Amino acid sequence: MSSILLQVIVSGLLIGAVYALFSSGLTLIWGMMNVINFAHGDFVMLAMYTAFIVWTAFGGGPLASVPIAAMTLATVGILSYFLLVRHIMKGPMLAQILSTFGLALLLRYSAFWYFGANFKTLPDTILGPPFVFGPIRIDAPRLLAGTVGLLVTLGLHLLLTRTALGSRMLAVSEDATAAQLMGIRPERMQAIAWGLAAGSTGIAGALIAAFFYTSPTVGETLAIIAFVTVAFGGFGSVPGALVAGLLIGVLEALSAYLIGPVYKDVVVYALFVLVLWTRPQGLMGKA
Amino acid sequence: MLKGTMRSAALGAALLAFGVVGNAAAQQTVKIGAIYPLSGNAASAGNFSKAAIELAVDLINNGNPDLKDVPLATGKGLPGLKGAKIEVVFADNQGTPAAGQNQALRLITEEKVVALIGAYQSGITVTTSAMAERHGIPFLTPESVAANLTERGFKWFFRATPVAGDFARAYSAFLKEQGAAGQKIATIAVVNENTEYGNSVASVIREVFAKDGLNVTQVIPYSANTTDVQPQVLQMKEKNPDVVIFISYTSDAILYAKTMKDLNWKPSIMIADNAGFNDPSFVSTSGALVEGLVNRSSFAVGKPGSVSAVVNELYKKKTGNDLDDPSARAMQGMLIMADAINRAGSTEPTKIQAALKATDLKASQVVTGYNGVKFDEKGQNVLASSLITQMQGGKYVPVWPKDKAAGDLKLPYKGW
Repeated sequence: MSSILLQVIVSGLLIGAVYALFSSGLTLIWGMMNVINFAHGDFVMLAMYTAFIVWTAFGGGPLASVPIAAMTLATVGILSYFLLVRHIMKGPMLAQILSTFGLALLLRYSAFWYFGANFKTLPDTILGPPFVFGPIRIDAPRLLAGTVGLLVTLGLHLLLTRTALGSRMLAVSEDATAAQLMGIRPERMQAIAWGLAAGSTGIAGALIAAFFYTSPTVGETLAIIAFVTVAFGGFGSVPGALVAGLLIGVLEALSAYLIGPVYKDVVVYALFVLVLWTRPQGLMGKA
Repeated sequence: MLKGTMRSAALGAALLAFGVVGNAAAQQTVKIGAIYPLSGNAASAGNFSKAAIELAVDLINNGNPDLKDVPLATGKGLPGLKGAKIEVVFADNQGTPAAGQNQALRLITEEKVVALIGAYQSGITVTTSAMAERHGIPFLTPESVAANLTERGFKWFFRATPVAGDFARAYSAFLKEQGAAGQKIATIAVVNENTEYGNSVASVIREVFAKDGLNVTQVIPYSANTTDVQPQVLQMKEKNPDVVIFISYTSDAILYAKTMKDLNWKPSIMIADNAGFNDPSFVSTSGALVEGLVNRSSFAVGKPGSVSAVVNELYKKKTGNDLDDPSARAMQGMLIMADAINRAGSTEPTKIQAALKATDLKASQVVTGYNGVKFDEKGQNVLASSLITQMQGGKYVPVWPKDKAAGDLKLPYKGW
């Protein structure tokens, strides 16, 4: 029976890496601008539909759909910044929260209108058969999503900490006025942050579409996990999202398997509350 | 503040009185409210039901010459109300009992509907029908199957669909027959989503099976909104039951179909209790992964020219999809309600209620495969029935009982 337990852990790690992947965009926006993007889940949804169209209508595989979804979503992110976020940054906190929430509803119901309420899925053989290691089976789309999830999250972290662009972005997030005095244009940096965050969300969505269902409300289901992952790992911390995503994935899988699927949320949220109790800033967030 | 509230309450009462008087005087259209999940996780199924209800209304208002047997399908509106047309006011329950309740209140007090149908999910039918009961408005559920819905002593509640006990007995008889024919049925797992629908159907199945000597060895309740069903499938893989019965909505049904293939596990008989597994978007996305899946249905497309075949063609023209079972039952619900209002000859709630109680439709007059429609004192349709179907080549084919079968049952379960 231990082989099944091992499979549970492997499955948990894979789904956890996916959680980390679609949470990193959310945490990046927070880290850069102190704005919670409530439309994040619906960005994932848009990316899933983009991948679906590229994959089915034009016959492109992940090599085409992932970059196209990333570029589409980066554009959506930058447009959201210039048309919406830039203006509401001057307003009260509540306006910021409600406006991205409004954006979420706009995207969701536009998808309802355009795509209909039907569920869609990509053919499950699209990436080939699962990898089999003795009793352990690893589904190819999940493995790809998990691996890319790790790489993108690490890439974002390196970009922020090791490059000039990253330093400029962090400078703006710490003190926009001071950064401006140093010759950095805050608006441009913030637009880049939105583009990067939405772009990585685009990658996430395109990869998730290969093994999940796509529907106008799928963003709702995924967004909750993203918020928990980000708060768990520490708002603004990309590596935090990675650690928290993996932790939540494994914890969910183990508790669902050992105790029962209806209890998995209880276990995850109990640990979540416990972590916030002892470390309100999250696992790796700055105090 | 209080003054304002009282003033608006008085204004509301005046409007309400005016509305009732206005309706009685004009009688141009009769408003019926329909509460369905038009957004949220069951939106796909809800929108198919909406299309089916619209088709029912179209038949009543505009008619179809090929459906002479179906009451009111002649296109003369409601003859009992001087040819009044029916207007359906749809409301979105958003997949939550609270939203459903608010919408029921809005339909009753603001839209002034004379009757309500809905609400797909049993858990939401609980709250919406309670609102109708409080306001003395007839409520008919065409599809919610939770056992307790008709056990609440409601006076305004009617249910056209067969209920959990009926399915459970059908599954039990079906499984015993397969066991006698040599299939393995020694261990049975029940996997259910954990709201009103899944919990109540699961508990009825366990009760009936226990009485009939069938051995339920594993019960796995889960939340339908889940992002991952791998642990559930692995729990089954570990115990390896012979038979699995799924009670699920659409998104989770899709995840189960995919995940069972990914983790390479299948039972020798797999049964789905309708709902998500009958959603056309499940059939189109995952039908190829569940070849041989056994299901229940109250609707099967009959021979060309039969009522069900004609209706299916009309529905296909409208939506591009075959009419699925829950949507067919929703359509039937609207036809039953319209028939009752017509016989009542009035939009007064008590008269509609009395007409519903006197409903007596024959098997030939209904679109679904029911033996007819007749309500008992609890509001349950005693002539409701269902048959067992099997996924064969991407379509559900009636396979049991034999006298209603259109194809041969093929076991064990093949899957992908």
